[in-house]
Amino acid sequence: MATAVSILHVVLALVLAPLLLGVINRVKAKFAGRRGQPLLQAYYDIAKLLRKGAVYSRTTTWVFRLGPIVSLAAVVASLLLLPLGAVVAVVAFPGDLLLWVYLLGLMRFVTVLAALDTGSAFEGMGASREVQFSLLAEPALLLGLVALAAWSGGLSLSQLTGTHSTGWLTGTAGAITLLVSASWLAVLLTENARIPVDDPNTHLELTMIHEVMVLDHGGVDLGLIQYAAAVKLWVFAALLAGVLLPVRTAWPLVNLAGGVAGVLAVAMGVGVIESTMARLRLLRVPQMLVAAAVLAALAVVLVLR
Amino acid sequence: MSDFLHVYNAHAFPAADCPQVDFETFRRQVVEAVAGGARLAVLTAQQAASQDSRLIAVLMGLEAERLSVLSCPVGSSYAALTPQCPAAHWFEREIAEQTGIQPAGHPWLKPIRFIPGPQGSAPLPGVADMFGMAGSEVHEVAVGPVHAGVIEPGHFRFQCHGETVYHLEILLGYQHRGVERALRGGPDRRTRHYMETLAGDTTIGHAHTWCRATEALAGTRVPARAQAIRGLAAELERLANHIGDLGALAGDVGFLPTQSYCGRIRGDVLNMTAALCGNRFGRGLLCPGGVAFDVDGPLAEELLRRLERISTDAGGAIELMFRTPSVLARMEGVGALSTETARQIGLVGPAARACGVDIDVRRDQPYSIYRFSHIPVCTWSDGDCFARAYVRWLEIQHSLTFVKEQLRSLPAGAICQPPQPLRAGQMTVAVVEGWRGQIVHLVSTDAAGRFDLYKVVDPSFYNWFGLACVLRGQQISDFPLCNKSFNLSYCGHDL
Repeated sequence: MATAVSILHVVLALVLAPLLLGVINRVKAKFAGRRGQPLLQAYYDIAKLLRKGAVYSRTTTWVFRLGPIVSLAAVVASLLLLPLGAVVAVVAFPGDLLLWVYLLGLMRFVTVLAALDTGSAFEGMGASREVQFSLLAEPALLLGLVALAAWSGGLSLSQLTGTHSTGWLTGTAGAITLLVSASWLAVLLTENARIPVDDPNTHLELTMIHEVMVLDHGGVDLGLIQYAAAVKLWVFAALLAGVLLPVRTAWPLVNLAGGVAGVLAVAMGVGVIESTMARLRLLRVPQMLVAAAVLAALAVVLVLR
Repeated sequence: MSDFLHVYNAHAFPAADCPQVDFETFRRQVVEAVAGGARLAVLTAQQAASQDSRLIAVLMGLEAERLSVLSCPVGSSYAALTPQCPAAHWFEREIAEQTGIQPAGHPWLKPIRFIPGPQGSAPLPGVADMFGMAGSEVHEVAVGPVHAGVIEPGHFRFQCHGETVYHLEILLGYQHRGVERALRGGPDRRTRHYMETLAGDTTIGHAHTWCRATEALAGTRVPARAQAIRGLAAELERLANHIGDLGALAGDVGFLPTQSYCGRIRGDVLNMTAALCGNRFGRGLLCPGGVAFDVDGPLAEELLRRLERISTDAGGAIELMFRTPSVLARMEGVGALSTETARQIGLVGPAARACGVDIDVRRDQPYSIYRFSHIPVCTWSDGDCFARAYVRWLEIQHSLTFVKEQLRSLPAGAICQPPQPLRAGQMTVAVVEGWRGQIVHLVSTDAAGRFDLYKVVDPSFYNWFGLACVLRGQQISDFPLCNKSFNLSYCGHDL
């Protein structure tokens, strides 16, 4: 039963991931007094792109074509290691958290390589920014994992959020949960190119980070990239919801439903953040990420105290 | 003792009275006047088949409320003014490009509109000699002329080290239509269309300047009611563009609520212009002698009612933006220009006022309705993106008050004088404060009463170089925000 629910989570994630973008956009539209695009717009876009052919620049090599495929594969693999609150992951073993972090690292690595392969000034700029910011986001993510691992005494993601319950928002456990969640929220916004770090809606190449790296991709490749980005958003939202959410029942299906609701709530939260604040200057982004890492480090200190 | 002829804004004088001195005197007097605080409004070369070429300079701020004109004969080359008078930089490049007269000693003499291709072939987009930087760690970023958004074409070349811009060079000319040349020999039935489309977002501004120049040349007096309606239209144009700009600035920093609301409110203001004359940009509203459409009682009531709503909505949306710390943090200190630099390069309009340069044609060289109803001049001292945004918001509030006042107290009487033929051998300089800054039309007629010189200077012509200056030492990611804070016209520059 538990395994079936774990597999169901992966299936749900793969199906519902593009919906998160729809939820974010709907929340933003409401704040702006607009009706907004259809909830399923991301599905329509991806379906449209998958029907198209792709155009490849003569300056690109196989590295450029490999990027979208490997990054989708990496993010789907990371989904298999990912628990959702009390719903354990399909694959779990001690130390899987490091594999999980570096599967996401692999996704970023191939995207950056593909961007550099085009030789375009824009894409090089985007790649440089992406690497700079993820370099600073990684410590925050890892320190948060260290804090939870030390608290729960396990080295598997499923143990971090599943068997161990922090007793939610009280006492030391509550403080650790809140610190790690705050830190990971900053990581989520950075890794998924959301405001205040990046603006997914802008058409201005010079200010973009993630979008500018994929400017030269088209058709099926772009469809895969957009889908992979949606799954990545789900992965981070599930991690955050899994830590924050208090649903720890004996019924796996209820746990799953609670977890999915939590993921959707995180998407709505991202929408609210994007609606109420402006982007940071690029110079200020590192400050935010260092602050996030400090919060996670504080959580580690609390655990080891 | 200077030889300038001082004339009021859009007053005609016989072309023969345009003072002509030798080049050395011309150069010395213009450079001294600009160094002493006057501003160079026009510097152009007139080439006529019957006579020698001459340089004409128009200065502002030398004599209260008046414009100062001076000319001199010129051969195939002359000593450039730019080294002593940076404001002449763009004008002299234009002179060299349009007439072939060489300003010797110009520090960066290259065409501003037509960059020839290699070996004189057809121009290639973005291919030109650019100011470059050498080194293994510097890189060049080329943007345009085709952009990602639905905007006009222009090419931008950044010299960067990492994320820092050391130099930005701007290539324009992709929108050139040859308007000034087409106007010569006019006026004819197409003149009005040319004027209203010089820069689509400044339809009223350019049409107003043209009407005033033509009326001066013909000796037409405009009825008071028409002057008030022209003022209404001009301020509505300012409102629509400033509100749209603030919305677009909010969009550039990723602040959604203000972006969406301002976009809608801009449409509401444009619809008010449409209620006046049937066109959202005011085409067909102004005509030489007055205006073509009257504002009757019920329409004035209706417009006032709409204005109330616009005031409330715009106030809410824009105040929200200026109250949000993340927006302020994004805009403050970005793209700052000192008052001194702004003066030297001859910036105009809200961009200049945001640097603390206290100029506004509506007050300094007052014309039509602004002679009787004054609008306070809004300045700010920082010269950064925030200042350019905030000056717009101050101007929006004053324009709203002005429009309401005018609607409540429209003078009675006719709205148009029948047009008269232009007088022969006359010259005039008409200046109007468009929403982007001063618009100058320098016009003269030949012996048959046809235009033999029609020089248009759009505010963008003064300000493009300001944008390039602003980017020095900035982050390349801040360029879109700086660009939007100027929001210059490509077609107004390219003509």
